Amino acid sequence: MTMSDHITKAFDSDLQQLTRMVAEMGGLAEKQVADGVSALVKRDTALAQRITEADASIDALQHAIEEKAVLTIARRQPMAVDLREVVGALRVANDLERIGDLAKNIAKRVIALNTEFPPQKLIRGVEHMTDLLLEQLKTVLDAYVRRDLGKALSVWRGDEEIDAVCTSVFRELITYMMEDPRNITFCIHLMFCAKNIERMGDHATNIAETVHYIIEGRPITDKRPKGDTTTIPAFRAAGE
Amino acid sequence: MNSVASFTVPTVNHAPINVEGLTEKIAVRDLDFFYGEHRALKSINVSLYQGKVTAFIGPSGCGKSTLLRVLNRMYDLYPNQRAAGSVTLDNEDILAPSQDLNLLRAKVGMVFQKPTPFPMTIYENIAFGIRLYEKLSKSELDDRVKSALERAALWNEVKDKLNANGQSLSGGQQQRLCIARTVAVRPEVILFDEPCSALDPISTAKIEELIDELKDDYTIAIVTHNMQQAARVSDFTAFMYLGEMVEFGDTTRIFTNPVDRRTQDYITGRFG
Repeated sequence: MTMSDHITKAFDSDLQQLTRMVAEMGGLAEKQVADGVSALVKRDTALAQRITEADASIDALQHAIEEKAVLTIARRQPMAVDLREVVGALRVANDLERIGDLAKNIAKRVIALNTEFPPQKLIRGVEHMTDLLLEQLKTVLDAYVRRDLGKALSVWRGDEEIDAVCTSVFRELITYMMEDPRNITFCIHLMFCAKNIERMGDHATNIAETVHYIIEGRPITDKRPKGDTTTIPAFRAAGE
Repeated sequence: MNSVASFTVPTVNHAPINVEGLTEKIAVRDLDFFYGEHRALKSINVSLYQGKVTAFIGPSGCGKSTLLRVLNRMYDLYPNQRAAGSVTLDNEDILAPSQDLNLLRAKVGMVFQKPTPFPMTIYENIAFGIRLYEKLSKSELDDRVKSALERAALWNEVKDKLNANGQSLSGGQQQRLCIARTVAVRPEVILFDEPCSALDPISTAKIEELIDELKDDYTIAIVTHNMQQAARVSDFTAFMYLGEMVEFGDTTRIFTNPVDRRTQDYITGRFG
């Protein structure tokens, strides 16, 4: 979508700056997620420690974006697509902050596991989920910066796959726990890690919805395909 | 385009509005307006609905004030100005030569950009118009003046100085006096032509509050250059450009998601 410039040039630069700040926050969040899972795979508690500390910079960026957005609303009284851009920046920043928190939670679990690390084969599923998620995150941030409706919609539809992998990871972990109760502690931690990544996927879809809203001015009305069946009774019965 | 009966497109070919339960008070159809040879309005189609506020926005010279001046045939006061097409008030053609202009202007009141109190007392400013149309006893007239001033949220400020000159009031009070004067003759439609452009924010807020209170009993049209004001006070918004009606629709939609690119450029400050 190509837009002509505002009569007030400073308004353009306000909006561009907001988009840049959100993009920067997105980059930080992506790195936190990648590092979090890397710490889990490599059993790197020092890296995990650094991740928990780095979360503060994501939070700080979110505050800066909020301030900038509020100031832009107060100063420019944005209308139509401009208003949607400002509101969109606030919403995307919110989702990215949550993704940062979830990454930090994975890092904390790495620290909690300390020496008691699961066999690598148990982590494969979580790794696979992370690959899918990082791809989704990269695409949706690109869709946000470029205002690309097609990419946003592909992310919105693609979340189903992460959900499906999450379900299969859960099944797998339950099997390990039944095999040997000594696996329970780290399997539970891994389940939470998987659930965190699944939640991050939901935040990525939220961002896709926001991008749709910014471009089209209305929410997506279709029903999103769901792949997460972990809360469906049939699955629970199978696991019990 | 939606073909459900309750959804119609009364004006331009854009997103439909839900007019279910609304009464069309004024209907403008294929209206052209000429200042001499200059065609200032081009095939305008728009409806004003009973009990609703319709805002007209657009850059200077787009024809919004001209359109307002047609609705009570203000242009008749000037030579070489003429309108072609149809404008009806309750299905009665107001452009017809046989139209009683005094009666029309009593039904369709107007408030202007600059407050225009007459150089007479506050009381007389309001009683003057009533006497033109009705013969009332002194006490009835007093009541009417009081209720008009109350309606315009001015009574408490002027009740102790009704004999003071209307021009001694502040700008915001003068504008409310003009609204009281308009309301006093019991119009059906009130046209506001940039009523707040000369007022401070507090007086502006009072006028906006007043418009909100008045709209239940009247049909209101307001021309404004203040986009936020249009967004705040109106139910429907019409965007005009170069004498054309570009877009008409629900105010909430016009200001969040306009259909026409020109509307979007204008309300987001990208014009020029």
